[in-house]
Amino acid sequence: MDPLKDVADCRDLEFLRQNGARADFPLLQNEDLVFLDSGASAQKPQVVLDALTDFYRTGYANIHRGVYRLSQQATELYEGARGKIQRFLGAAESSEIVFVRGATEGLNLLAHSFVRPRVQPGDEILITQMEHHSNIVPWQMLGQETGAVLKYVPLTGTGELDLAALPELLTDRTRVLAVTHVSNALGTINPVAEIIRLAREKGVPVIVDGAQAVPHLAVDVQALDCDFYVFSGHKLYGPTGIGAVYGKAEHWRAMPPWQGGGDMILSVTMEQTTYAEPPACFEAGTPDIAGAIGLGAAIDYVQGLGLANITAYEQELLAAGTEILGAVPGLRVIGTAADKAAVFSFVLEGVHPHDVGTFLDGDNIAVRTGHHCAQPIMDYFGIPATTRASLGVYNTAADLEALAESLLRIRKFFRV
Amino acid sequence: MSSLRDLYQELVLDHGQRPRNKRPIHDCSHEKGCTHREGYNPLCGDKLTLYVKSDGETLDDLCFEGDGCAIFTASSSMLTEVLKGKSVAEVKEILGEFLEMLTNGEAEPDPEGLGKLAVFGGVKDFPARVKCATLPWRALEAILASQSDDEGTTAGAVDSNDDQID
Repeated sequence: MDPLKDVADCRDLEFLRQNGARADFPLLQNEDLVFLDSGASAQKPQVVLDALTDFYRTGYANIHRGVYRLSQQATELYEGARGKIQRFLGAAESSEIVFVRGATEGLNLLAHSFVRPRVQPGDEILITQMEHHSNIVPWQMLGQETGAVLKYVPLTGTGELDLAALPELLTDRTRVLAVTHVSNALGTINPVAEIIRLAREKGVPVIVDGAQAVPHLAVDVQALDCDFYVFSGHKLYGPTGIGAVYGKAEHWRAMPPWQGGGDMILSVTMEQTTYAEPPACFEAGTPDIAGAIGLGAAIDYVQGLGLANITAYEQELLAAGTEILGAVPGLRVIGTAADKAAVFSFVLEGVHPHDVGTFLDGDNIAVRTGHHCAQPIMDYFGIPATTRASLGVYNTAADLEALAESLLRIRKFFRV
Repeated sequence: MSSLRDLYQELVLDHGQRPRNKRPIHDCSHEKGCTHREGYNPLCGDKLTLYVKSDGETLDDLCFEGDGCAIFTASSSMLTEVLKGKSVAEVKEILGEFLEMLTNGEAEPDPEGLGKLAVFGGVKDFPARVKCATLPWRALEAILASQSDDEGTTAGAVDSNDDQID
């Protein structure tokens, strides 16, 4: 059931320091590839691929339906994955975990079913200037629909949230605060516990976008005391098309369903429907069963490495990379928060990020260039785009050295 | 697959770093024979305003404002330089050939017809960069279309998002 169990016991920080976890990832066996785009989507370890194919080859059936054993076993695997997410996030009950396609769908679900019934024209939805578009656009759409007003916690020059501005922004009209745990574009780790405490004092519920956090640091939703926590599987070394929303049980029970269909009902007559209990009433239709199982395997994988080890190792890479890239003339890192994940968003004087990206690709170095779906951040810093190297458990300092060497060649080519 | 040297030829680097005709036309209005059009590439944030002054027969002045990558800047700069003083009919022909060169995977580049614009032929081998080169040309296409409609409208913006070859 858990092929990593034995391996995991002997894995520690030293294991990661040897060569990262690169050997676990089939795609990265191409030794020429320097993959520095885990913030967009992470590569998949063999154990996740095995979980997907094993399920399709030997365990596949629809869930929550058949009386036959195969369907029951599939249901157990699917619900088992829910239990893994519950433990991964430190939730009190597995029924507090709802499967969605990813963080984006999770935020849209919450905009529709949690926030929409609570807002009147003139009410306020508070987000931050640091958000990914997925935590901006659903709120803008909701504002247009309901007349609610969208407000932003501003940024500071280091790419941190200006928390001094927060108390005044939390008014008696604020109906929700939605904030990212870790910035995708800058790497900033936000002090969400402190933010939640301030919101709690004003009775404002808090939604945390954890898409960029869960691959890098341990999360305990009960310790944070957040109302909701959303994340995507594909950034956590899991499959695409699957993610989860944690919500406090009291919220799920009070929320109207989202999508209607099979699997979310108790009974349907021609006149009316009685809905199932959470989480089922938020999972209409046949879900991504294999994806959920694959996500469960990804969680086993990162827990096998140990979240504390991952955090420690990536912080070492962050320190090493800051020094290595600091030696590249004309390179300016955007986002220099004291507390940040292993993300280097930078501009290279005289060379546009898009040109940098094409050159790096020529050296088999995969990075993201552009606005990173976070245009308000780019606007704040007055730049159209950055080049972003975002790291994962398979990266090593050698990857960052290759990046720096390539950047030096780019400067030479463009004569800057 | 072309090399990066084919993509970033001397001419592209030169125009990318020292763009020609990078300036606005103030008071650009239909009455003054001036049309402008914005172009935006949402993928990478390239932004452009292209200005064309024409009596309906000849393109008397072309210039642009905007910021983006070297390919985009060089393409905008060379567009304004090459097309200035050409007749509308000539411009339409060059425009068609340029877009064909970059967006038709089968097309054989015709260096004769395009003159120095042929340096952008290498962009075809970098599909993620095709839009950078075509953005100012899509804006020009929209301006010419609005002029032949005799609407003179400057509303709306173009993007080159569909310009991707396999």
